[in-house]
Amino acid sequence: MKIFGAKTARAGRDKAPSPRNAPRHVVLRVRGGALQFGERRLWHDLDFDVRAGEFIAVLGANGSGKSSLLKVILGQQQLSAGTMAFEGSPVTRGNRRIGYIPQQKLADEGAPLRGRDLVALGVDGHRFGLPLPRAARRREVDALLDSVGASEYANVAVSTLSGGEQQRLRVGQALAGDPRLLLCDEPLLSLDLAHQRAVSELIDTHRRQRDLGVLFVTHDINPVLDMVDRVLYLAGGSFRIGTPDEVLRSEVLSELYGSPVDVIRTRGRVIVVGVPDAHHGHDGHVHHDGEHVPDAPGAGDGVRR
Amino acid sequence: MSDIDWADLWSQVFNFTDYGELVVLLQNSIIAGAVLGIVGGLIGVFVMSRDMAFAVHGISELSFAGASAGLLFGVGVVEGSLVGSIVAALIIGFLGAKSRDRNSIIAVLMPFGLGLGILCLALYPGRSANKFGLLTGQIVAVDDPRLNSLIAISIVVVIGLLVVWRPLTFASVDADVASARGVPVRTLSIVFMLLLGLAVAVSVQVVGSLLVLSILVTPAAAALRVSSSPIVVPLLSMLFAVLSLVGGIMLALGGSVPISPYVTTISFAIYVVCRIIAASRARRGVSGRRLVALDA
Repeated sequence: MKIFGAKTARAGRDKAPSPRNAPRHVVLRVRGGALQFGERRLWHDLDFDVRAGEFIAVLGANGSGKSSLLKVILGQQQLSAGTMAFEGSPVTRGNRRIGYIPQQKLADEGAPLRGRDLVALGVDGHRFGLPLPRAARRREVDALLDSVGASEYANVAVSTLSGGEQQRLRVGQALAGDPRLLLCDEPLLSLDLAHQRAVSELIDTHRRQRDLGVLFVTHDINPVLDMVDRVLYLAGGSFRIGTPDEVLRSEVLSELYGSPVDVIRTRGRVIVVGVPDAHHGHDGHVHHDGEHVPDAPGAGDGVRR
Repeated sequence: MSDIDWADLWSQVFNFTDYGELVVLLQNSIIAGAVLGIVGGLIGVFVMSRDMAFAVHGISELSFAGASAGLLFGVGVVEGSLVGSIVAALIIGFLGAKSRDRNSIIAVLMPFGLGLGILCLALYPGRSANKFGLLTGQIVAVDDPRLNSLIAISIVVVIGLLVVWRPLTFASVDADVASARGVPVRTLSIVFMLLLGLAVAVSVQVVGSLLVLSILVTPAAAALRVSSSPIVVPLLSMLFAVLSLVGGIMLALGGSVPISPYVTTISFAIYVVCRIIAASRARRGVSGRRLVALDA
């Protein structure tokens, strides 16, 4: 079903905004959103909707406020101005209908935690008391493990699992409670290319099956380029949103950054060159300033299926 | 110089004459040991998953300072050690949210506490046996009021842990997601520090502040070597801690040596055995991975 390469990727994208399922239900609505820390203005006048089943990649330089945007949606950070509504009402802390997948961090050896326990925390980890074994809970956890292909290592200590396996479990954990919106904060970071592919395909499959809205913060769009419907690009205090073809263009990003930026498309990959340093950026560039290019030919194209 | 009387040395370390009478006499100590084992083993699991072993050591030194001050000013050792522990636990909890900050705060607090404790002991005019008991533990008969206070505090700690068990687990192993799911991570961390302070204060009473780690860390660390089940690990950890304490007290009864070497030795031996079991499992390739049938 999935074929890689520039042409098919573009074809896939073109049909996304088309009336496949006509006007879809809005999961998250942001109007006039602004976030400011003291003098530092991250973004302002932010307007966008996330619709059910829509996969939106959030791109931008370090310090452009990508992760802060997720924090606002999670209710951990207040907007400086504007409104943000999830399923029609203002965002609140600890909403069970929002799943969250952070970047993979190697789990500590000091914790008694197996694969199934990590997923179970998503099911009822927020409740007080002891996690008493119940048949219904067990069935739910088993079903989640199965749906992300993690049954094989359900009883293995999380600290001994690979990064890709841990991220599969995190997807299962985030899907507990039947969320309507999935927030992913660099979930592919520190994974190798095969696992990047596998984990992003897993997220893609579930958003289609469950009609989930997905906001996917990433510094590198390429692993998910053929899956995303739209791109939200944050830079220079402002933003652009649209299909990858509309946003990932030299003239659009140059205008956004206020300085010349080149977007190069090659072998179905997008490379952005010449991004100015962000206010607090350490490694300077937004995404893949050429550093991923050597991987491109062998890894991205058609090796898997 | 080497005219050590081995028989005499042996009888100082192990002496089981009149054992039956001694057991009755020290019944309270044995009960105290068992209760402490349950508390230490249980909270030890969280000490491990929150990477707080060094914090336990730091709190116990301030607990020692509090106990010494309590002794000097006649307020009482129990009260003093409670105040010392809780103050230390809260300072570490509020200032040390990040582990790097936490370690430096503990490293600053610990020698200060120890010094303060030594000062109070040096000024204390009473018998010196009491003094060193605070550092290395004492097998003096635990009297009834003291046993009661120990049991009361232990009940508070155990009930407190059971109430916050699940969200505390979530916050300990996966703080980012827990916080995204609405778990009050910061509040739980302070609650945990309070419970830890109480647990350390009761442990200091029996094993002494230098050896608290052998109850609050070693049993849980041993249990984690042989299991990663969130149910088996706390149970094993409690079992190991109770074995070390009760076994240690029983062995120490007749001798004239403090109980702590017995307790720490048993607890260390259990840890070594658990490591050996883990190593042999790893060699045999036991991982818990299930092979999925190839029928797709």
